[in-house]
Amino acid sequence: MADAPSSIPVVSAHNLVKRFGEFTAVDGIDVEVRPGEAFGFLGPNGAGKSSTMRMIGCVSPVTSGELRIFGMDPATHGRQIRSRIGVVPQTDQLDMELSVEENLIIYGRYFDLPRRLCRERAAELLEFVQLSDRATSKVEPLSGGMKRRVTIARALINDPELLLLDEPTTGLDPQARHVLWDRLYRLKQRGVTLVLTTHYMDEAEQLCDRLVVMDQGRIAAEGSPRELIQRHSTREVLELRYVPGQNELQAERLQGLGDRVEVLPDRVLVYADDGEAALREVHNRDAMPESSLVRRSSLEDVFLALTGRTLND
Amino acid sequence: MHADLHPQADTVTTINRSVGGLLRIIPASLWPTELLRVRRPQRMVERSAMVYRRSWMVLLSGFVEPFVYLMSVRIGFAALIGDLNFDGQVIGYAEFVAPALMAAAAMNGAIFDSTANVYYKLVHARLYDSVLATPMGVADVALGEISWAMLRGALYSTAFVVVMWALGLTSSLWIVLAVPICVLIGFAFASLGMAVTTFLRSWSDFDYIPAVQVPLLLFSATFFPVSQYGSWAWAVQISPLYHGVVLVRMAAFNQWSWSAIGHIAVLLGIAMIGLGITSRRLRALLLK
Ligand SMILES: Nc1ncnc2c1ncn2[C@@H]1O[C@H](COP(=O)(O)OP(=O)(O)O)[C@@H](O)[C@H]1O
Ligand SMILES: [Mg+2]
Repeated sequence: MADAPSSIPVVSAHNLVKRFGEFTAVDGIDVEVRPGEAFGFLGPNGAGKSSTMRMIGCVSPVTSGELRIFGMDPATHGRQIRSRIGVVPQTDQLDMELSVEENLIIYGRYFDLPRRLCRERAAELLEFVQLSDRATSKVEPLSGGMKRRVTIARALINDPELLLLDEPTTGLDPQARHVLWDRLYRLKQRGVTLVLTTHYMDEAEQLCDRLVVMDQGRIAAEGSPRELIQRHSTREVLELRYVPGQNELQAERLQGLGDRVEVLPDRVLVYADDGEAALREVHNRDAMPESSLVRRSSLEDVFLALTGRTLND
Repeated sequence: MHADLHPQADTVTTINRSVGGLLRIIPASLWPTELLRVRRPQRMVERSAMVYRRSWMVLLSGFVEPFVYLMSVRIGFAALIGDLNFDGQVIGYAEFVAPALMAAAAMNGAIFDSTANVYYKLVHARLYDSVLATPMGVADVALGEISWAMLRGALYSTAFVVVMWALGLTSSLWIVLAVPICVLIGFAFASLGMAVTTFLRSWSDFDYIPAVQVPLLLFSATFFPVSQYGSWAWAVQISPLYHGVVLVRMAAFNQWSWSAIGHIAVLLGIAMIGLGITSRRLRALLLK
């Protein structure tokens, strides 16, 4: 049966491997990104997220395994693939010798777009990222959040079907992050397929329809944020803070409480579907914390359950 | 288990493999096969034009150089040193040196554009990383940047010709051909310069560049005829600049010979090899 064009996965990887010399950065991953979806790679630093993104962006050769973007092989069709994607790399690589507007225009020219179209799109995109008033400014004096938005606008100059975002909001203040999330959400609504990496669980929860949890070059789990939480964590989490140094001692008394008890350096987590009930049991056992908090499970808990480590340590 | 029992056998295979690899890589890497993938080098030129549109004063300042060079020759050297016999023609020293200075200026400009300027963009601005994320390829970047150096060279060479003419340092109309010749010199040295740049590890490595550039300037039949080098005359041939100097003199004195084809071939060959190496190195550095 012939596939309709729309059912061809935007990205598909099978047993994809990236090695740098002896070191294996990506260790046999399988992913499939469908058209129109927002897909995330969630993982700590060094997980192999950027290495994966660079292979998808056709700027890093695949060591082994199979990778297809729009059904094409990066090794033979890199140019064609790159002409249909937009890339926001982990570090902004804006052209410091040009103005904001010129950055977008020349980028469009690299895609062989007519000059007039580049100018039109540059104006539209600067409007979209709310930087029209900085069009003629140099790039250097812009804030981190603004530079990030210029980079996103630049990545959209060729009207890409797929946008790759490597840690789009790392290093930005909360307000700048929310502005960016809003813009990315709008892009998704327009039908652009988003593939992003992050080590922020809130970002993954906000933006991703589906994600993979990545650790040490491997995929630990895959699903929607909600599925992952259901599968790998309890409904609620009870966070207990004790006097420094008391965590291990108190955790002894919490044995068997809820589904699982995790001892972190700064707090003890009790995984239970009913957090309040668990807290009453803590009181019964005479393990009174300095403070306590009941919250819903997050992807952070999923990561902890899967790897035994926190995302941002 | 096996590997533990024969550790040296393992080392030997590794060495064999890397020697074999070297033999395979070196000759192949001199072939500019990447050039077959050139599509849109003009986009890099367009970018440079955009950059210099705002700092056109920098471009203009380049015109001062030929003027200063030639005035000093006209006033200084020429008064001290008498006429000389060149290929059976008696000519003034200034007329003799001026074409060589033109060739040398083409070399210097090309080296400047393709080394420090490129290194900044390659290592600090990470310009080429973002260019390569688009349909542009390494050969587009290499040829594009080198073309910009050639274009700038064309501009300055034209200025040189005009000044030479104005100061009466040439009487041949054929001197206009010195402009394309200087562009070719620029092509060769920009390619070579960019190739070398891809191997530099830090700014301090740039100190080695004048160590090559200055001897080239002095030992390319620039300031005296090749006959003055005596039994070392053959060594002058090694200098790429020499081939450029000979060609510019042919234009300046309208004394052509078939050997021009050989000199052009040498410069073109250097340019091609430099381009090939540059493209491969950019791939190795940026697309890993
Ligand atoms: N060019 C490279 N050469 C050698 N090692 C690399 C290179 N790029 C990345 N690595 C290594 O691969 C691992 C994964 O890196 P990366 O893909 O950047 O992870 P992430 O983006 O998830 O932080 C890291 O240990 C990193 O040091
Ligand atoms: Mg990364």
